[in-house]
Amino acid sequence: MEKLMADLKVQIIQQLNLQEVKPEDIGNDQPLFKEGLGLDSIDALELIVLLQQHHNIRIANPEDGPEIFYSVRTMAEYITAEKSKQG
Amino acid sequence: MSNVSAYINASCIVRGNTVVKNGVRAYEAPPGETLPEFLRSLYDRYSGQYPKFHKMDLLSKLGWAATEILLQEVPMEQYAPEDTGVILANTSSSLDTDERYAETMKEIASPALFVYTLPNIVIGEISIRHKFKGENAFFVADAFDIPFMTGYVQQLLNEGTLQAAVCGWVEQYHSGHDAALFLVEKQPRNGSLPFTANEVEKLYR
Repeated sequence: MEKLMADLKVQIIQQLNLQEVKPEDIGNDQPLFKEGLGLDSIDALELIVLLQQHHNIRIANPEDGPEIFYSVRTMAEYITAEKSKQG
Repeated sequence: MSNVSAYINASCIVRGNTVVKNGVRAYEAPPGETLPEFLRSLYDRYSGQYPKFHKMDLLSKLGWAATEILLQEVPMEQYAPEDTGVILANTSSSLDTDERYAETMKEIASPALFVYTLPNIVIGEISIRHKFKGENAFFVADAFDIPFMTGYVQQLLNEGTLQAAVCGWVEQYHSGHDAALFLVEKQPRNGSLPFTANEVEKLYR
């Protein structure tokens, strides 16, 4: 899980072009949107693309987005759960 | 209609990796610097502290950075947001980003690129930064039609639609770039020039 969260931070910075943010600036439980990292709705779409490109995961229900993308940890937990489903 | 009822109070030309502010060469990038590197150096030199810059396409970065330089030390907050506007033009529209976006469509289309597939997005980025909420327009033409631009902006000022405008040319395609922005106001400041097509032409050339 720790390795996945570390990888996710790098992927988020690259995918969202957060050039002034370093991986260590992103807390595992820090909210990604609003008061946290300050991401916006376009960033949310890019995170969906990130899951598809890097982890081959498509979000079946878009309404799950806020829960999945709450933090790096919730993203990692979702990816881990989906991977286990895929076997 | 008087030709001297408005004034060019600042100008900024960004062309060939060089910046000319109010007719004086202000910055020249080192030889061999790419356009993204050059625009980043303008951001670092003249602005900073605006992470959204890094998400912009090259056209928006060019117009945004040129406006940062143009409006340095200009107290635009003296105007109501509704009294300030942006009128721009170019020849390549958003073609550079359109092409990049089309390339991503072969796999997964990029939302971040899609939002820049209109040329007037650069006006939005400038307006958000400087809290401009007045009239805006973006024209696509073969070349910078200076008589048209000055006539259009002059009319907005004469009608009272705007009290101040950032206007000019913001062209970018691949590494080619040419931005010429002018701050036009009804009231003169130090070093003002009359807002006429002839004066704009002299600054642009």
